[in-house]
Amino acid sequence: MKHEIPVEELGVRGPLMADPIASCVHCGFCLPSCPTYVTMGEEMDSPRGRIFLMKEVLEGKLEVELAQPYLDNCLGCQACETACPSGVRYGDLITEFRARAEVGRKRPRAQRLRRELALRTLPDARRFRAAAKSGALARKVRGAVPKALRPMVDLLPERLPAARPLPPSFPAQGERRARVALLAGCVQQALDPEIGWAAGRVLARNGVEVIVPAGQGCCGSLAMHAGDAAGARKLARRNLGAFPADVDAVITTAAGCGSGMREYGSLFLGESEEAAATALAGRTRDVAEFLADLGLAAAPPALAHPRRVAYQDACHLAHAQQVTAAPRRLLTAIEGLELLEPAEAELCCGSAGIYNVERPAVAAELGERKARNLLATGAELIASGNIGCLTQLQRQLANLDHPIPTLHTIEVLDRAYSQTL
Amino acid sequence: MRYRCNMESERFTTSLRALGLGDRVLTSDAQLAAFGSDALTAFNQRPLAVVVVESAAEVAAVVRRCHEAGVPFVARGSGTSLSGGSVPVEGGIVIALNRMNRVLSVDPDARIAVVEPGVINLAVSAAAAAHGLAYAPDPSSQSVCTIGGNLAFNSGGAHCLKHGMTANHILGLRAVLPDGEVVDLGGESTEHVGPDWAGMFCGCEGLFGIAVEATLRLVPVPESVRTALAVFDSLERAGEAVAAIVGAGLVPVAMEIMDALAIEAAEASVKPAYPSGAALLIVELEGDEAVVEHELAAVEALLREAGCGELRATADPGERALIWKGRKSAFSAVGWLAPDYIVQDGVVPRTRLGEALREIDRLGAERGIRVANVFHAGDGNLHPLILYDGREEGAVERAEELAADILALCVDLGGSITGEHGVGVEKRDHMKLMFSAEDLGLMEDLRAAVDPGRLANPGKMLIPPPSASPAAVPNPAATA
Repeated sequence: MKHEIPVEELGVRGPLMADPIASCVHCGFCLPSCPTYVTMGEEMDSPRGRIFLMKEVLEGKLEVELAQPYLDNCLGCQACETACPSGVRYGDLITEFRARAEVGRKRPRAQRLRRELALRTLPDARRFRAAAKSGALARKVRGAVPKALRPMVDLLPERLPAARPLPPSFPAQGERRARVALLAGCVQQALDPEIGWAAGRVLARNGVEVIVPAGQGCCGSLAMHAGDAAGARKLARRNLGAFPADVDAVITTAAGCGSGMREYGSLFLGESEEAAATALAGRTRDVAEFLADLGLAAAPPALAHPRRVAYQDACHLAHAQQVTAAPRRLLTAIEGLELLEPAEAELCCGSAGIYNVERPAVAAELGERKARNLLATGAELIASGNIGCLTQLQRQLANLDHPIPTLHTIEVLDRAYSQTL
Repeated sequence: MRYRCNMESERFTTSLRALGLGDRVLTSDAQLAAFGSDALTAFNQRPLAVVVVESAAEVAAVVRRCHEAGVPFVARGSGTSLSGGSVPVEGGIVIALNRMNRVLSVDPDARIAVVEPGVINLAVSAAAAAHGLAYAPDPSSQSVCTIGGNLAFNSGGAHCLKHGMTANHILGLRAVLPDGEVVDLGGESTEHVGPDWAGMFCGCEGLFGIAVEATLRLVPVPESVRTALAVFDSLERAGEAVAAIVGAGLVPVAMEIMDALAIEAAEASVKPAYPSGAALLIVELEGDEAVVEHELAAVEALLREAGCGELRATADPGERALIWKGRKSAFSAVGWLAPDYIVQDGVVPRTRLGEALREIDRLGAERGIRVANVFHAGDGNLHPLILYDGREEGAVERAEELAADILALCVDLGGSITGEHGVGVEKRDHMKLMFSAEDLGLMEDLRAAVDPGRLANPGKMLIPPPSASPAAVPNPAATA
């Protein structure tokens, strides 16, 4: 699409926005895949509409404040990229646009506070634990909590599992087939430490030596995808130093983290760390993708009782990283496991980073829709590759009075190996 | 009368809100900007307002208000028109129908479905699938385009070779005429007493009003389907193979040709793993298993006789879906090859396909412009995709000149300027290639009989006569 964006004035990062706009042909193939278009049914809440709005803002034809509500509505799920026949890199565009628009943006005080709290608490396991404790208290006095903060209180778990820090390494069992470094994750460690352990155990069992580098921290994806580029870079810098280069891959277990780390190259575009960031991004693999490509050394033993499992594509795995076949291959390697596919598989569950904190109503509508589609498969267990989705689904399934278990794909494998599924 | 001052237009939008539409009357700059173009971004126009309607009664009420106030309107579904059919009219409103997306009923015995206009084409087949039925017309944008738009443009699609166009599948419809009157046209069967009003409405490009409900014909899902792919060393030879298949009395359900550039675009996009060559011919057969088996053997023999290279056929639903996804994404996929394109929609007699393609090739080469070809070969419906970079000085004008030359060529060869995308804004200047001043005058008279105020999608298909009210002409390339 023709545009009049002053690309030169935007500097080295300009093409991250101008190129996707130029390659959009406005065909509309993205519309049915967009969760906000499907639920809100208005052009400005579609990827095609948002591209138009960003184009006009960049061209100086539209005030950014007017476009902002519709850009804020975007979950950043990138389902539009999967649907797009023209290869528009919408994720690059919205991330960069948000990063620019957030600088100096004025928000109502309560909204700002909520956002700051979410962005500072979630990436820090210690703070998150503290928040969860105060959250249990806050729930009791919910009426007294400022309205803007209530969604946060509602999202905090009833109680957290006991902390179980990961060991420094998981030695490969049998012949060593690969050596990888594992991202422990931040909020995942607090909400469900078992996922990291399951990844370590399953990889080790398949001949992969797993190291958990000291000094690592939050990958910065939450901040990056919410438009806080400076905050994201600060967090990511720590990981640039922590993760070694002499590994076959850097393994992520949360889809959001994996997609964020794969974007490190563009996060540091034009900065001194660009080369190192691009290299780390190139080594990053989701655990399911890595394991399926490597191939299981031995399939888990057949299940004693057949299980019906529905797989839910995490957007940041399926759309942002284009990993859809690998987790299904791993799950179907388990004899006795029947894999079920929900309707509207491409549609986001509404979790989407801190979206469910900032836009709770839309998030809940999408979450309920996803939960209903999953239940309609007749599954007795849900597998997915992202802690955000798993948490969102647990809540929505409970709301519908069908609290069937939700597990990370790698936990399903782990339990199959230990015959506890 | 058209509103020129803010106060008047505000009074008008306030009166729309008062119809119970409230915040579904969109007027902010950002809201209006999003509706400025459809899938032909060379035309862009901010509307006066966008009204997101949710029922037929609301459409009628809004149109009546427009009629009273003299404000032009255009209906919009998913905004996928390739001829600027749903681009807003200056000073007019957009009536967005996409939320009217219910399949109201499916009657498997009568083989009909009654739907709202905002239903996505593919959703009709999805709703009918449980009964072993499907909705046949399949525009390449069927995963997103709506029945209302299909109806307004008499849309075709790859499988129309055997099944016919949209008009052959619309049995009846309920329409809001440009003065707000609601009428029922046609019925539930293919034959009616009296004039074929539904047939007249279908393809009117919104000039006769807005369809708010359609009764669609459904067809049985065939027992067996086979899709064959054959490569040729030239487009001309592939075109001859098509003529040979039809000449032998065979009626495949679809025959499509893609050239090397179109194949390249599809491979960059959805990776259908087509065999590579100068031209790819896709032939699909459907029907009873035994018949399809027999016909496939005959088609394969004809393809070999016509000198094809690699030839393969499949019945696998997954493989077939990927073949069609590649074909149906081809327009948008050329976004991988060039920042901008114009897709043309000319038709030539099937027997002159080879000649037309050779000439298009020459015309493109003459100007140094790349042209990708992907087309419904069985119908002689060409879709040359003229690739250009709008950032280059004069590029869009050169591309438009080439497009005009190609349309003139199609008419010279005994064909037409549009097969299925419609005239819209884009080709209305070329109508005179096909029609005399008297013909066009008759069309204008007919339109004025239905819409004397010329408020229904003015400026599309027909150039408003000088005597008619001014404006209604979207700005070409004004803000695109």
